[in-house]
Amino acid sequence: MKLLSYFRGEAFQRGVHPPSSKEATADLRIRRLPFPATVVVPLSQHIGKVPRPIVRVGQEVVRGQPIARTDDWLSVPHHAPVTGVVEFIGLRPGARGPWVESIVIRAHPGATQEDLWGQPRDMGAATGEEILQAIWDTGMVGLGGAAFPTHAKLTVPKQAKVHTLVVNGCECEPYLTCDHRVMVEQADDLVTGIRYAMRATGAVRTIVGIEDNKRDARDAVRAAIERAMKGPGGIPEGEVHAELVPTKYPQGSEKMLLMALFGVEIPAGSLPVSLGMVVNNVGTLAALGQLLPRGRGLTERVVTVAGPGVARPGNYLVPLGTPIRFLLEQAGAPPLGLNNGREIILGGPMMGQAAASLDVPVTKGVSGVLVMPGAELLAREGRKTYPCIKCAECVESCPMGLNPSTLGMLAAKREYDLMGSDYHLGECFECGCCSYVCPSNIPLVQQFRVAKQILREKAVAKQ
Amino acid sequence: MSIEIRSAPHIKAPKSVETIMRHVVWSLMPVCAFFVFQYGLSALASLMVVTVSCLATERLIVRTGTQSGDISDYSAAITGLLLALSLPPGFPLWMGAVAGIVAIALGKALFGGIGFNVFNPALVGRAFVQAAFPQAIATYTPSFLPGRFHEMVPSSMTLPLMQPAAVADWLKAKHLDALAGATPLAKWKFEGILANADELLTSLSGHMAVGPSPALILVCGIYLAARRFMDWRIPAAILGSAGLTAWLLFALNDVRYPNPFFMLFSGGLILGAVYMATDMATSPVTPKGMWVYGALIGLLTVVIRYYSGLPEGVMYAILLGNAATPLIEKITQPTPFGKTAFALLGRQKKGASYSLHPGYISREDAGAVTPRKRFLSNKPKRDERKKPNE
Repeated sequence: MKLLSYFRGEAFQRGVHPPSSKEATADLRIRRLPFPATVVVPLSQHIGKVPRPIVRVGQEVVRGQPIARTDDWLSVPHHAPVTGVVEFIGLRPGARGPWVESIVIRAHPGATQEDLWGQPRDMGAATGEEILQAIWDTGMVGLGGAAFPTHAKLTVPKQAKVHTLVVNGCECEPYLTCDHRVMVEQADDLVTGIRYAMRATGAVRTIVGIEDNKRDARDAVRAAIERAMKGPGGIPEGEVHAELVPTKYPQGSEKMLLMALFGVEIPAGSLPVSLGMVVNNVGTLAALGQLLPRGRGLTERVVTVAGPGVARPGNYLVPLGTPIRFLLEQAGAPPLGLNNGREIILGGPMMGQAAASLDVPVTKGVSGVLVMPGAELLAREGRKTYPCIKCAECVESCPMGLNPSTLGMLAAKREYDLMGSDYHLGECFECGCCSYVCPSNIPLVQQFRVAKQILREKAVAKQ
Repeated sequence: MSIEIRSAPHIKAPKSVETIMRHVVWSLMPVCAFFVFQYGLSALASLMVVTVSCLATERLIVRTGTQSGDISDYSAAITGLLLALSLPPGFPLWMGAVAGIVAIALGKALFGGIGFNVFNPALVGRAFVQAAFPQAIATYTPSFLPGRFHEMVPSSMTLPLMQPAAVADWLKAKHLDALAGATPLAKWKFEGILANADELLTSLSGHMAVGPSPALILVCGIYLAARRFMDWRIPAAILGSAGLTAWLLFALNDVRYPNPFFMLFSGGLILGAVYMATDMATSPVTPKGMWVYGALIGLLTVVIRYYSGLPEGVMYAILLGNAATPLIEKITQPTPFGKTAFALLGRQKKGASYSLHPGYISREDAGAVTPRKRFLSNKPKRDERKKPNE
């Protein structure tokens, strides 16, 4: 089978090709969004300890000022996205449903979008450590969706040695184009960010992997690399390349991208760093290239607003903490109703989660807000769910080489331990390929999520 | 104003169970049309009666509420058509109806309906009538009889619970040898006469009683495999294994054993390999398992045909393959990404250079900086710290 996929010229084995649906927003420039009346900054946006607020109710804050801080290495600080008054610190609706501790800031009318905090910094002479500290200060997390703190990802363990930085510009999720636009419009910032990341990790070469449905992005990045090479000093950190990889879902998973670029298979249970590689998202590095020299914190991000229910789809530069309701109003999404829109997805349609309420704010890890119309959902609901007919479509599509058919049957029988021990459930990263292709309409990924959660709880209980 | 919460993925590929089954039915249509062209009214009546009996049984059982699926998912239609194609065209209609009822009731509903059946329902039905009516199922009539569109084979219209009239007399009246009704396999087995390639492939000659045309079945199977409504591995494995076994035996003793081409294209091997063995619910889901399953069926077919008292062995070979499927699946689970030999090899060449740019320089050479100490005083210990992962 390996030979077959080699002849087909495929990047990695299996995977799926969902309709990309990116045409609506791929050519639209990033637009800035006005401030909403209030922004809501949830304190817990990533793993690690929850940062604790360092402002009090009634305090005036300016855009870019730190408002929450932490001493946990796996957590990052938060910054005020708007200039205004802290109105409330307490529970507000969170994306997953339960309310979460948040800081609510009422924006001053006429507040400027200029960043008022932070000192320009000379990054030319900064060492790796200084860069990591600076990244930590910006509150940067992976903007691709996983929201893993960037400084932790760029920190190389003592015994490991990193030679390659891989920049993930795949954006394999349908509808999303924010990384695409960032690569086209902020290519110079991206190259700057890449240089910082190379210095922090000690990598001597960088490869930007871009799916071949975004050739303009590749050309823009190549041009930016050329400009940086010809500029004063060139790129002393090493070589930087932009490469195309065949379009396929889930290429954006780092294991799949490394397979596509180098043909290496990251051993189960280990990280790319064990093979001397570090993977980062293009949006993250472009933001670093912008923020680090100016000494600012992460206060806004590019969000794709799209989906069949949106009148003015596009890529918007959104202040963090903007409620989705405001974002959708600005993008011209019709009011939710039975026939025009019923599901709001944070992230892409394959892995993103449905928002529990319209008051949920845009956080650091939200790459897209999609409105799925009622008609489309009704068509899906009209489909019957059958028992597994063992058509093997899921086995043919699982990028991790698992057997979702058997796993699904075991999940239905609640044989969770067997799933974990004999059928490698732990390798599943919930890309959704199996549910996507399943002709019987079985919610396989959801069953696996439940099974993994139960296994995790069991493991905790054992300790 | 309502908002709905669903679990990811929020989009869905268009292929559904109905689509798959409908395409299989469509792809069977040319085969059925040619079957009717070959054998005339009897074949048409047989196809219709068996299919209707399957559909009616399915509907009746679904109405009891004990199983999911319905006749609208086309799976019972596939069972009916395949069952009819595997029976002699002059098979008494009432026996055909019995075969259909048994196929759905015992072969499918008893196990819990669509997706749960262990054996191919069509073959369960056929196995039943083979045991119950051995005489009738061995009675074939030659294809392309003159006047086949005006009169039926007399055995077709046998009254229920009656034994069919002997076809030999009817054939004699048509000035045909009674043995013209023997299948190529029976002719070889009992008389040692080998059929020619053109007779087997297209069954256009009219001297023999061959089933549906193997060439046409192969073409329809290629369409299904190309549209990915069927897995190409199973037919490839069956034909490969049967062909190889037959060729080996032929090479050892070409007087006793027929040539491999005859083995592949006589009897129901092609129909079985393309349409029966590929039944999704009863074949393995693992890619490696499909090869094992196919190879087993191919081998068993040749063994049964050569060494048993029966001229035909495809049906039992597939049923045995079905029975072995859970075991085959268990021993052929796919190796997950990151656990293959390839990945284990990669673990050893840590820090090596990879194909894209071979000019790797160590980072000391490049003068890169190593972050030596943590930048926070109250750092957690290395062991306690969670590894970063996506």
